[in-house]
Amino acid sequence: MSVHSGRDPQNGSATALEIDDLTVAYNSKPAIWDIDLRVPEGVLMAVIGPNGAGKSTLIKAALKLIPRAAGTVRFYGQPYEHVRGLVGYVPQRGSVDWDFPTTVLDVVSMGLYGRLGWIRRPGQSERESAMHALEQVGMQDFADRQISQLSGGQQQRTFLARALVQDARIYLMDEPFAAVDAVTERAIITILRQLRARGKTVVVVHHDLQTAPEYFDWVTLLNVEIVATGPIATTFTPDNLRQTYGGRVAYLHEGQRIAGLEEE
Amino acid sequence: MFFAPLRVPSRIKTFTTTMTNHTSDRRIWLLITATAIIAALFIPFSQLVLHVEYDYTLRTVALGGALLGIVSGVLGCFAVLRRQSLLGDALSHAALPGVAIAFLLAGRDLGLLLIGAGVTSWLGVFFIRLVTGTTRIKQDAAMGIVLAAWFAAGIALLVYIQARPDASQAGLDTFIFGQAAAIIERDVRLIAAVGAVSFIVLALFWKEFKLITFDPEFAGANGFRVNLLSMTLSTLIVVAIVLGLQLAGVILMVGMLIASGIAARQWTNQLGQMVILSAVFGAFAGGAGAIVSAVDADIPTGPLIVVVAFLLVALSLGFAPGRGLVWTLLRQRSDRRRFAAQTILQDLYHYALDHGRADLPAPEPFLLGVRGATAREGLRQLHARGHAQRSNGAWMLTPAGIEAAARDDRNHQLWSLYRQYADDLDLPTIAEDRQQDIADALPPAAVAKLEYKLDTIRNAATQ
Repeated sequence: MSVHSGRDPQNGSATALEIDDLTVAYNSKPAIWDIDLRVPEGVLMAVIGPNGAGKSTLIKAALKLIPRAAGTVRFYGQPYEHVRGLVGYVPQRGSVDWDFPTTVLDVVSMGLYGRLGWIRRPGQSERESAMHALEQVGMQDFADRQISQLSGGQQQRTFLARALVQDARIYLMDEPFAAVDAVTERAIITILRQLRARGKTVVVVHHDLQTAPEYFDWVTLLNVEIVATGPIATTFTPDNLRQTYGGRVAYLHEGQRIAGLEEE
Repeated sequence: MFFAPLRVPSRIKTFTTTMTNHTSDRRIWLLITATAIIAALFIPFSQLVLHVEYDYTLRTVALGGALLGIVSGVLGCFAVLRRQSLLGDALSHAALPGVAIAFLLAGRDLGLLLIGAGVTSWLGVFFIRLVTGTTRIKQDAAMGIVLAAWFAAGIALLVYIQARPDASQAGLDTFIFGQAAAIIERDVRLIAAVGAVSFIVLALFWKEFKLITFDPEFAGANGFRVNLLSMTLSTLIVVAIVLGLQLAGVILMVGMLIASGIAARQWTNQLGQMVILSAVFGAFAGGAGAIVSAVDADIPTGPLIVVVAFLLVALSLGFAPGRGLVWTLLRQRSDRRRFAAQTILQDLYHYALDHGRADLPAPEPFLLGVRGATAREGLRQLHARGHAQRSNGAWMLTPAGIEAAARDDRNHQLWSLYRQYADDLDLPTIAEDRQQDIADALPPAAVAKLEYKLDTIRNAATQ
């Protein structure tokens, strides 16, 4: 599949994800409104905003999992249908029934189903790829474990491994850091940095303002509309945060000092 | 084997170990073999004790029941896992108007009656999906209204038909409760053939059906046609329901559909095994129910099959390893004992150390006063293990008990240090589990660092 990437005219770097005029509405109330967004290739980007700001909606609409009222989305200059193999997705952990009768390795193999296509079954090489992905998230000892026996953090790492096995160019992750233990948080951020080092683009819905400047190099501040998007050093500012969150900015100032934004 | 003296006896330990694929594989085969043996013994038992006569009719009905049990057992697994058990109920009720309409249009031809049933049932699914997808009505309400409306239409039409002076309508109402005796060899062949076709579809799209059942969102993001697959799966479930209408009737069909799947789920953690086991359970319930109902001509077959299937569910909920009620209670008891022993061991140890020496006896009333029933349980366990002994109304640790307590205590302290100093000492990040020996959880170099840290702190404290 040939992919000609959309080029950013200003600095020549490729654009991984390009969203124009995207609006999604639930019951005639817009969840996200007229979104224009360029995500350059190779960034580790957080999507940040208050509850109900449309962070998950943005990701789901980009993947056409929910209907759009308006707008276009392009990955590497192509509509999603043409480049599915380049896009990896990590849904929210709570979106599935973890009592489903299957093993960790089997769930990770599901990341390869799209590439296998219809009817073909996963075999030995798929098993090996899945095992490798499990090793990357430190879950190799859990391969044969029934998924209902996992802790929340282990569930999240299983989902991450399922996305890794897709070997995509851009990853969209919905709240991977929500309610996980310290081990998992560390494992995830290590993986995210490895992905960036390999030139992948990662878009993460994130809720923790404290860790955002430490974990990410790019940020989109969202509250139904886009407030600001760009490098975290110049975008994650008290002013922009006030516009995103409203009044509770005293806390935000505090948060930034802790996170060490001032070194810029 | 850090905790060796504290480990529970192996007999109890089997309850606490996590289930692996290997043990689960073996268990399934044992269970299938056991079911087959019971089924094989059941036939002479029914002949000699229940005086059931295996005439042509019974053989046909029993075979039909068993085949239907397999088909509905396999497809019912998906209804259960997709949380669509009640959808199954709505769909079987929705089949009734189809039977009546087909009769009015084409007369009494079983094939056409079943096609009619399938059509209205499928329209029921479609309508439920339409309502839940486009309005704010929730699925349970949508299913409730479809169930009631379609069934009401079916009853109204049946009553109308029965009032007509037409002899061929006789017995059409058996579709409500089912009538096994009406089953003939041709029907059995129909069940086998249609069942085989639906199994082929299931086998071809196994991976896709599994994915949309577990995580439809991810399936959609990966380019699978989730709605199409979901409709196909629902259609297969409708097929199973329609095949069972004659035998079980529209009201009880849901029991055949979901019971064996629920029972099978208790014994295994793998979808493939669950489906196979559900087929075995379904065959047993269908066959055995039909045979028992032959004891007396007045016993209806469909309800009896559902009762047998429910017995399998009850047995599974009670005794399945890992999930069953009995096993859960045993595991809770073994946990309670283990934790009590651990707690009282530390109580005795620290009580003695606080008073100067490790083997100092602690008065029993004091222990019981502080810990109550836990103390009684813990002391019994420690005594049984030779970790503590009683003399003059007081309890003291034996040398083996002191050793175990000291190890346990040290392990606890190392874990505490790990929590505090993991970053400073540059230790690998692992999940904290104080029930585990830290030496099993961390590499030796990391444990050595923690032990050094512990000694440093202790030395500083004693100086």
